[in-house]
Amino acid sequence: MTTYLSTGRQAAAPPGPAAGPPPTKQPPPRRQRDNRWGRYRQWGPGLLLISPSLLLLGVFVYGFLGWNVRVSFTSWRGLTPKYDFVWLQNYTALWNDERWMIDVRNIAIFTLVFVIGSMGLGFIMAVLLEPGVRGENIMRSVFLLPMAISFIATAIVWRWLLDNGTGENTTGLNQLFANLGLEFLRSDWHKSTSGWAVAAMALPAGWTLAGYVMTMFLAGMRGVPDSLREAARLDGASERQVFWYVTRPTIRPVGLSIVLILVHVSLKTFDLMYAIDQRNVKIDTPSLYMWFTTFDGGFYNRGATIATLLLFGVVLVIGPYIWFAVRSERT
Amino acid sequence: MWQGRGLFVALVLIAALFALPLYLPGQGDANAQRFEVYSWWTGPGEGDGLEAMIEHFTKNNPDVDFVNAAVSGGAGSNAKAILASRLLANDPPDSYQRHAGLELQDDVRSGKVQDLTQLYQEQGWHATFPQGLLDYLTIDGGIYAVPVNIHRANLTWYSPKTLRSLGIDSPPRSWNEFLQQAPSIKAQGKTPLALGPEWTQKHLLEAVLLGELGPDQYEGLWDGRMSWRSPEVTSALNTFQMVLEFTDITSAASDWQPQLDRIIDATATYAVMGDWAYTYFAITKKLGWRQDFDVAASPGTDGVFDFLSDTFTLPTGSRHPEITKTWLIECGSTEGQNLFNPLKGSIPARTDADPTPYLDYLAWDLQEWRNPDTRIVGSLAHGVVANNAWGAEIDTALVLFLQDGDAVKFAETVATRYRETK
Repeated sequence: MTTYLSTGRQAAAPPGPAAGPPPTKQPPPRRQRDNRWGRYRQWGPGLLLISPSLLLLGVFVYGFLGWNVRVSFTSWRGLTPKYDFVWLQNYTALWNDERWMIDVRNIAIFTLVFVIGSMGLGFIMAVLLEPGVRGENIMRSVFLLPMAISFIATAIVWRWLLDNGTGENTTGLNQLFANLGLEFLRSDWHKSTSGWAVAAMALPAGWTLAGYVMTMFLAGMRGVPDSLREAARLDGASERQVFWYVTRPTIRPVGLSIVLILVHVSLKTFDLMYAIDQRNVKIDTPSLYMWFTTFDGGFYNRGATIATLLLFGVVLVIGPYIWFAVRSERT
Repeated sequence: MWQGRGLFVALVLIAALFALPLYLPGQGDANAQRFEVYSWWTGPGEGDGLEAMIEHFTKNNPDVDFVNAAVSGGAGSNAKAILASRLLANDPPDSYQRHAGLELQDDVRSGKVQDLTQLYQEQGWHATFPQGLLDYLTIDGGIYAVPVNIHRANLTWYSPKTLRSLGIDSPPRSWNEFLQQAPSIKAQGKTPLALGPEWTQKHLLEAVLLGELGPDQYEGLWDGRMSWRSPEVTSALNTFQMVLEFTDITSAASDWQPQLDRIIDATATYAVMGDWAYTYFAITKKLGWRQDFDVAASPGTDGVFDFLSDTFTLPTGSRHPEITKTWLIECGSTEGQNLFNPLKGSIPARTDADPTPYLDYLAWDLQEWRNPDTRIVGSLAHGVVANNAWGAEIDTALVLFLQDGDAVKFAETVATRYRETK
């Protein structure tokens, strides 16, 4: 079984002269030819089947990705494409760009607050639902439902909820606080003068994704065999200890996946801020700057540079995960 | 084995079935007469105006299969993004909408639109459009667009009732006067000047610059004759900052309609806004002109008409250039303009169109537009005086200026970006 698998993996390695047997002048013995045919029969049909999608992926994802990187090295501005080569000029210009630096800071704060917030909220909800409560299915659907709503629709609702009008113009969450006698909670949200104003965007984003986090955690917790917990209990572990020493290690991979998904969602967030308060620099992010500079101003070079850096950011997060996942699958 | 093959064949068949629509005749010869006009007019009023013009056009040209390719959202910004990708792919619509002025400069320099000077001569448009407008339509020596309508940007909207209750006789005639009125308005618990999203702040900046510098220096800002570093500009920018102190910018409305709602419900006193506000007040909100709401030229701009205009073009590579020309003639005709403008709430660009359909505000507006003493200048926030690249860079500089309040840095940045994007 093991040997069979290992030949399969060798065959899947990139084909090249090095992978084959040493070249000989004589025709290869019949057995070896059979062997090759056998190998082909192993991965050939599979490759054939996925080749259309590989081709599409190659062109529409990696091809355009490469093209985008190419554009980030040009001085293309406006409706006339220009494929010159200006080295890293666009990149250095960006690091001297005040708005870009604000954007980087904003996205870091937003990611931090959003990931920690929705992980925490989702986790607490999962812990509360885990023992099995009445109407769990309904509650699960209710918590998951926000994810089915597009970010644009979410943003329109939250634009009103996060309104910071004062006096007669008080609405949304602030009005709710006022009616409950909790005026001290009143906030200017994303229009506040604080440098952390962008953190307010984590509210709608977290509202959308906390239910999803909950579902993932719940599935992870339910995946822990009861026998393991029973065994721990028999050994005299308290419920807290059972959670910490049995449940927690088993759901750690789930937690890691959630972090990755949330971080890359956060880096790419565009529509939420776009619809809540367009061009408010307090909630400006790299993806918004990319859109405005490209399509309002025609700075295709700068837009492509931002896109490349965004890709870089996502790869920095996803890369180690893929590496880790592939390694742990092999062992 | 046979089972596997069966599955494979089934998969191929299914894939072929899904791909079937691709083999059907698409936009080939069958749709040779499809005539596509691209705009961002989808809202009430503007959409109706466009429909009226299309109806008139198709009645005279029954063979044309007219496609109204209007894209909604973002006050045209969505439409412009999609248009940009179509122009880059050299797949233009048969005619598309742009604001009059330098918004079209990139299209002209990239050869995306055709010169219409000959059409202007044939139609005698050089005589029927005012010279001030023609000057702004001319880019690098040619004319590339036909204007349908005229909007005015330098206007202050207010409610006469609110003014009476505050004991104010008339709206301010200069920004200094506004700054004198504002503290007492604020003391009585009202916002002196309502603001909306970022573009309304750019719109206000434009109004303050025009009011403080006057039309000559204002125009000089956009063609390089007036230095952004001059003391006059610095002082105007300081005025702008002082005016901002009396606005609700920290809790600005999320759009221009809610911004005007604050005038209606009397929590705010003034709003600087273009005359699309008239359609909103009079038609959407059914308020009485002169009773419930009134208008004056924005402070310091009496006798100056800060205009913006929607135009249509003849793109290079249009599949039906002859039909496009007929469409452009419709856009520039008195019939077309008088069908469109009363519904859209704007006035005809032509000076010889029948003025009777234009009532209330529009009558006053038309009178100002046609008055030979009126000075016509172009709008910054609406694409007339700055090309797209510079306009977008001014947007960035402005949001940073509103953050840090550094007027000198703002002027410096705007001046530098002008040179870089010229």
